This record gives sequence, C-alpha cells and structure tokens, in this order.
Amino acid sequence: MNVTIVDYKSGNISSVINSFKEVAKDKVTIEVTSDLNKIKSSDKVVLPGQGSFKSCVDALNEIKGLTDTLNEFAINYKKPLLGICVGLQMFADYGYEEIETKGLGWISGKVSKIDNQNGKYKLPHIGWNQINIVKDSKIFKDIENNSHMYFVHSYEFVPNDKKVISATTDYSSNIVCSVEKENIFGTQFHPEKSDRIGLKIIDNFISL
Amino acid sequence: MLKNRIIPCLDVKNGRVVKGINFVDLKDAGDPVEQAKIYSDGGADEICFLDITASNENRDTIYDVVEKTSKKCFVPLTVGGGVRSVEDINKLLNCGADKVSINTAAVENPKVVAESSKKFGSQCIVVAIDAKKNEDKWEVFTHGGRNNSGIDALEYAEQMEKNGAGELLVTSMDRDGTQVGYDIDLMSKISSKVNIPVIASGGVGNLDHLVDGIKLGKASAVLAASIFHYGKHSVKEAKDYLASKGIPVRI
Repeated sequence: MNVTIVDYKSGNISSVINSFKEVAKDKVTIEVTSDLNKIKSSDKVVLPGQGSFKSCVDALNEIKGLTDTLNEFAINYKKPLLGICVGLQMFADYGYEEIETKGLGWISGKVSKIDNQNGKYKLPHIGWNQINIVKDSKIFKDIENNSHMYFVHSYEFVPNDKKVISATTDYSSNIVCSVEKENIFGTQFHPEKSDRIGLKIIDNFISL
Repeated sequence: MLKNRIIPCLDVKNGRVVKGINFVDLKDAGDPVEQAKIYSDGGADEICFLDITASNENRDTIYDVVEKTSKKCFVPLTVGGGVRSVEDINKLLNCGADKVSINTAAVENPKVVAESSKKFGSQCIVVAIDAKKNEDKWEVFTHGGRNNSGIDALEYAEQMEKNGAGELLVTSMDRDGTQVGYDIDLMSKISSKVNIPVIASGGVGNLDHLVDGIKLGKASAVLAASIFHYGKHSVKEAKDYLASKGIPVRI
C-alpha cells in the first residue's frame, strides 16, 4: 500500500512527513509528491495545509491539473483522503481569510474567523485542547473522548450539514475540529504534532 | 478548554546542549535529540531550542539537530537564536522546526516578520522580545541582550502583532538567570496589549513562579530552562503542581 502526501509548495510539511514515516515504518510506502500520476495511483492521500486559506488554494491551483486529480481521487473514485488544518478547511465551498476564495466544495460550508468575543479569546487558537467526539469516526478508533490535540488556527470550518462533524473543541464556541464524510476525513488539529495520540490517528488513517 | 502550555528550553551550542537535564541514565548528556525526547515523553507541550552558537562556521550544526529531533519528537518544536532572514526560517522549517523565533532581526528589519509570516503563515512565526526595565518603561534589547535598541517593549509588541507574529516570547532580562520569578508586570502589560498568545520567559526558580506567570502575568504558556535541568523538577511535577492550583494543563 502507498500513501501520498500532496506537496503543493505551501507551508511547512516536514512534520507531516516525519510523523507518517514514523507510523508507516516499513509496512506502507509514504510518497511526498505533486506528481498527478503518482497521486492517481496511490491508495490514500493526505492533503496538508498551512498559512492562509487563499494561499493554500492558490498554491493548489498553481499546479496544473492537481485540483482535478484530487477531485477524481476523492469524489469519483472515493478513495480515502485526509485533510489537515487548512487541508481540511479547503473541503469547504468558500473561505473568507483575506478575501472570499473558492474552496474544493467537497463538504458544503464555509470557513470563517473564530469569534474572539472582543478580545476575550486570543487568536490564533494555539496549543492543546480537548476534542469532544460527537460521532464514531474510523480515524478515532481507540481514541478516548476528551483526548488532547494540538491546534494552531484562527479560522474555523462551518459545514452546512452537521452530520459530517465527528468532533468539536471548545474555544469561544464549539469549533468543528474533525469531519468525516464517506471517504473524506479532516482534522483541524495537527495529529502530526499531537504526540502519541496524534500518531494513533495517523495510524488509524493508514490502516483504513 | 485550551490548556496552558509548559515549554522546556534547551540551550544548544555547536550542536550540543550546554545546560540540560543531568540524569545518570542519560547516555549522552550533551545530545539535544535525547534531551528533547525525554522532555516530550515527560509531557512537555512544546520543545524550544535556543541556538547560542557564536561562530558562523558552526551555525549549520543546528539544522542537523532540528532534523534529527523532528524525527523523534512529535510535539511542536520551536527554534531560535541567530535567525536573520526569511531564508534562515525556510531552512529551519524544512529541517522540521514547527516555529521559528526571531529576535534581533525583527528589531533591525521588521519586514522579515511580515514577509515570513506571509510566506509561511503566522502560526510558525514567534517574535522573541528581550526586555529590560528602564525607569517606568521597558526597552527592547538585541544581540543576546548586549545592545539597547531604545524601543519601547509594549509598543514594539503591538507592532509585531500587526506585522504578523503568531506569538510573542517575552523574556525579562532583569530576571533571566536570577531564579526570582518572571517580571509579572511586564508579562501582564504585554499580554493585555496584544491579542496573540504570550509566552513568559526569564527568571523561573520554582513551580510557584510558573503559576504566577499564568495567573498574574496572563501568559498563555510558560517557558523555563534551569528548573527542568539537573532534575530539579520534571515537566510532570510542574504540570501536576499547576493543576493543583487550578490551572488547566494537559496531563
């Protein structure tokens, strides 16, 4: 089996690569590439994302055919895909960071700034917060409710259909921090930086 | 609920830990990778490396340290010391650092902060402020505390937030190394002034100081070096103590 981490030249993905390689050991091949054929032929895809919604979408679009390839992979062939942080946010129809930007539109909804309640809550939301698991998700196998995960973000994904939400976290309000829709998975937190428990989530995804 | 973070800091010189944990069972007390792993296994919420390598020839040693550490530790890793340019930041991130802290370069050329946060995202840009009290205000120092820029630390903090810093690492130079506690006044004033998280640093001598940094200094995270070194306190002891004082921590 092989898992491809999409390298679309946006942000720092070395921690994602290190964590997947640590979990995969020799059982699974981890590819890091933007090569469309390699993405097409892989069993699973990881879509990381750091920086702003707009910068990530721009970077995706910069690579000709990448969005189409990802659409084909996740929507037509329904193969497992995991979005991390802005990777998850890009599932939305639109993001509102900097300027209204069209997302991948895989899970209907929008990405907007966390309400900091007039400065009561600092942004970015940085650090360890507990997740409240609201539905069984395959990537949460053997993950206890209220586990701590590492977050760094100022924007939140607000899906229209609440049934896709698999976990929330409490910061200013109940922020969506994990989604599952058929073969599409996403975490707002960083499993690659969430210690052993985060590596377990990566293991769960790899073992799907 | 978001937890307050405890961040142990390791001083690294020419690729070796200068002050560190002095455990008898440690194979190589000078190995930053092994020390960072002990901290992360012990529950550290993040790890910080401060590169104090003086000579330029040995500058590259930190990249090797970061690369090896990021393959062993799966909590956020912040690296600072001698970061001059967007290219330095890029190199550290590529080696596996999650955040880079910028000190002198941010004062001399604030554009470095703006450019790098635009390029890599503000989540990985930490501006380190070394502040020293001068009568009724605090001034920002550079070059490891040797040069006084004369800049007002509170105004500077606000400016760095505008420039795109994701966090501020505030060190009181009056307190650093004294073990008498953080400069609470400085921490709380800066924390109230900005909307980004503040990491308190400089002066921790006991676990109550960590409590004060969070409760009175309003810091989101507390950084400490010497209390974790030589086995005086473990990260776990610190967390248990904070929890007993009603501070939310990840245990």
